[in-house]
Amino acid sequence: MSTLELLVFLPLVAALAVGLGAPARFTALGASVLVLCFAIFCAINFKTNLEGGMQFESTRTLLEMQGFPKLSLAFGLDGISLVLVLLSALVLLAAVWVAPAESSIKGNARLYYLSLLLIGGGAIGAFTATDLFFLYAFHELALIPTFLMIGIFGHGEQRVRTAWTITIFLGVGSLILLVGLILAVGALGATTFDVATLTALAKDTPIAAEMQSWIFLLLFIGFGILVSLFPFHSWAAPAYAEAPTPVAMLHAGVLKKFGLYGLIRLAMPLAPAGAEKWLNLVLILLLGNILYIGLVTIAQKKLDRMLGYSSVMHMGYAFLGIAAGNVIGVSGAVLLMFAHGLSIALLFGLAGWMRDQFGTLDFDRLGGIAKPMPKLGLMFGFAAFASVGLPGFANFAAEVEIFFGAFAGEDTAMTWIRWATIGALWGVVISAVYMLRAYRTVFMGPKPDKLTTPADLSWATRIPLLLLLVALIAVGFAPDLLNQFIRPAVNALLLGVAG
Amino acid sequence: MPVYYLEFIVVALGLVLLMVDAFVKLEDKRSLARLAILGLVVVFGLLFFVKAPATAEGGIWNFYAAPDKLSLFFKGLALLSTILVLIMAIDYTPLVVAQTANPEPGAHPQAGLGEFFALPLFACAGLMWMSSANHLVSIFVSLETVSITFYILVAYLRRNVGSLEAGVKYLILGALSTGFLVYGFAWLFGVTGSMDLAGIGEALAKEGVNTTAALFAFALILIALAFKLGAAPFHLWIPDVYQGAPTPVTAFLSVGSKAAAAVVTLRLVSPFLASTPLVGKVTAVLAIVAILTLLVGNLAALPQKNFKRLLAYSSVGHSGFLLMALAAAPRVSVENAMSPATVVGFYLGAYLLMTLLAFLVISSLRAAIPGEELDSYRGLAKRSPFHAAALVVAMASLAGIPLTAGFFGKLFAFQMAIDAGQWWLLAAALVAAAAGFYYYLKIAVSMYFSAPGKEDDTSAIRVAPLTGIAMAVLMILIVLAGVAPGVIIGLLL
Repeated sequence: MSTLELLVFLPLVAALAVGLGAPARFTALGASVLVLCFAIFCAINFKTNLEGGMQFESTRTLLEMQGFPKLSLAFGLDGISLVLVLLSALVLLAAVWVAPAESSIKGNARLYYLSLLLIGGGAIGAFTATDLFFLYAFHELALIPTFLMIGIFGHGEQRVRTAWTITIFLGVGSLILLVGLILAVGALGATTFDVATLTALAKDTPIAAEMQSWIFLLLFIGFGILVSLFPFHSWAAPAYAEAPTPVAMLHAGVLKKFGLYGLIRLAMPLAPAGAEKWLNLVLILLLGNILYIGLVTIAQKKLDRMLGYSSVMHMGYAFLGIAAGNVIGVSGAVLLMFAHGLSIALLFGLAGWMRDQFGTLDFDRLGGIAKPMPKLGLMFGFAAFASVGLPGFANFAAEVEIFFGAFAGEDTAMTWIRWATIGALWGVVISAVYMLRAYRTVFMGPKPDKLTTPADLSWATRIPLLLLLVALIAVGFAPDLLNQFIRPAVNALLLGVAG
Repeated sequence: MPVYYLEFIVVALGLVLLMVDAFVKLEDKRSLARLAILGLVVVFGLLFFVKAPATAEGGIWNFYAAPDKLSLFFKGLALLSTILVLIMAIDYTPLVVAQTANPEPGAHPQAGLGEFFALPLFACAGLMWMSSANHLVSIFVSLETVSITFYILVAYLRRNVGSLEAGVKYLILGALSTGFLVYGFAWLFGVTGSMDLAGIGEALAKEGVNTTAALFAFALILIALAFKLGAAPFHLWIPDVYQGAPTPVTAFLSVGSKAAAAVVTLRLVSPFLASTPLVGKVTAVLAIVAILTLLVGNLAALPQKNFKRLLAYSSVGHSGFLLMALAAAPRVSVENAMSPATVVGFYLGAYLLMTLLAFLVISSLRAAIPGEELDSYRGLAKRSPFHAAALVVAMASLAGIPLTAGFFGKLFAFQMAIDAGQWWLLAAALVAAAAGFYYYLKIAVSMYFSAPGKEDDTSAIRVAPLTGIAMAVLMILIVLAGVAPGVIIGLLL
């Protein structure tokens, strides 16, 4: 068993153990601590002086059949996957930690922890798989428990409806994606599902331009639905508002990033001409994410919905970085995936705790709670600043890289992407407006008479969330901690595309 | 050991069972089923020790093909499904007894039960024979052996109107389809002058073959086989018969009967596909039937509220995917192409695992929940997490979610359609797969999301040990074949 196989199968085996009767919370927590240790071990032993290739590779051939591409259970890490694995491990640990105690879960506590482990394990599998089939399959493995969790353990009357909505949206997205991938493999005439081989093939013998444009469109829409791309975003905010807190953290923080990862890892390298052709469509939709959804976010009246929409909005920046198509822009997008994953998980963690304590997240019924609960106020403040992209947090570094990347170029002509960048800059203002407004309404001002404040955040709740906050600040002050991994990988990827 | 001994052993086992039932006084007749299971497991083991004969000519070999991997694979499927059906039948015994008991005082309380365990063995022998049949006569005889056994089994619950109605419908339509089959065989013999498949293949491949007559024969045979496979527009009997028949018999029909029909289709259609003058029209007809079947089966499944009826339409839908692999068979012998036999074999293997798992759950729950409506499964996840988990695995695989066997079955069929450039077929299959996601998930939803109603029983449900083991093994196999499909492919290539 290689390191990565251990890393991927540890949460899955733990999930099986929970299903068969191991103590749920203990097993889940133990497994996620081990996963984080493994991920850090990988980061420490990761060689940054190489030219961005895969490391820790392992391959097991599973099927060799005439007329069908070779299938193998293969894992590997490059800088991009490493950063996403670190993100998954951090958020998984925090999510399992803040999950309610077994005794307080109505119904089936075992199912609850089992699902969390499956979501985490599936995400890590998807980010480390170097075989197209398993890259896709591990993501699906993580999606199914997400649906179940929202339907069974979600909040509110509408949870079954919401579960159906997200199932249909993401199911259709995955199906479109699958069609695109099958077409791409077919058009390349590939005899293997190995992603590196496919990428090399696409560079040496590019797919016909007409076909590329179809493939890119399918992949863009398929992955786009998974990332809540405008106008396919309407599943996201209700789902995050009604999902159990750990699931909202894991999905918004980790699983959603799979769509962006797929665009970087598959859509761009396999169909670069298609990407060029549809650039303007991408720009229009991402502005829809940043500006239109930004305004929608301002109009929200409940904290959880507002956070859900803000997470949809921030995906626009990641799309912008990818659309820039240069090293700095794409690296910025990867860094933003990490930063946004941590900050949104942190915000959902805090919001979930507040919902449990106050029984409501309506802006109208909250107010002035920073004074009686300073620790909560401070944590939430930091998280909100991070999300807005204040300097000192990883989000700032990422957004700056994205804007630089998108505006880069020798000539002085105003290309479409430069106009789009100027439009996107206004998103920073919008997000400051809604975050600060939310902070003012909930934490400052007069406290409604009816509102009783419980005890402040205890250490048990603070530790997992502090973990996320510390990582955000560390990377914010020293982005090179992660950029040393990301840059060579992105460089290699883009060289592979441009030739 | 010559391969046809296997069928003899299975038939002999069936006869022994009947004799024991008649002459030995048994307290509990379920021991008959256990005996049968034990015997079949032994035969299943023997499957790995058969050898190809030195000369496969003359005598029995005129009617019975020398063992190749495909026929052994299908024999294995027949044995496996019979074993699992008998396990189901043990769980289902109380319901059978209630509908068949002899009301006279002093009669054995399980008077009508013995044959319920013996008949599947004869059907199994027929299925096994069918996978090796290489002559029109032996194809016909084995097919009828199976069909006649099924006529009895479907109507087995003799005091249940639904079961009797299903039996009559199945008998009339089945007899009609047999008529088509024989008529088709007659035309095929007239065109080719041969009754064995090799001779038919040679005659059809010749330039001067009478294409009109050959296509007429093909159409007649396809009608009969479409009936057995449950392909549209000859699928109308399926929902009623599946709903009315005793659950273990439904399972057997949906798996054993379909596997047999598929292998016969494979063998009978192959000569037509290999014939240059005919192949274009034959694939076109197959593609139309496949498209119809995919759409009708999966779209009609959407509004179903009865679990067995839903599985009936789903079984029609799966026939569509099987036919898709045949319709997309490579026109010329392309060097680098998947063979339809491999794809059909894999699909059926996967289909057997997941369908029998679903039926095992239904029949083992039947005594504990009020009916087979989807509503009866409300809140099952709380009453029996094991049943619910098994049903989720089965449904995920039927829907074709990755990491389950069903995904690869569908993927191979899709790949074949892409290679053949059959875009309409591909589009229909996509619609079918998307619809499948919805209605299979609906079952998971009613188990997990809905709380049991106020008057519903909420006590925990126990699993019989044998059933539990069978379910666990099937779950493991489904996931194993979904991660490493080579496990099943290796048995076929």
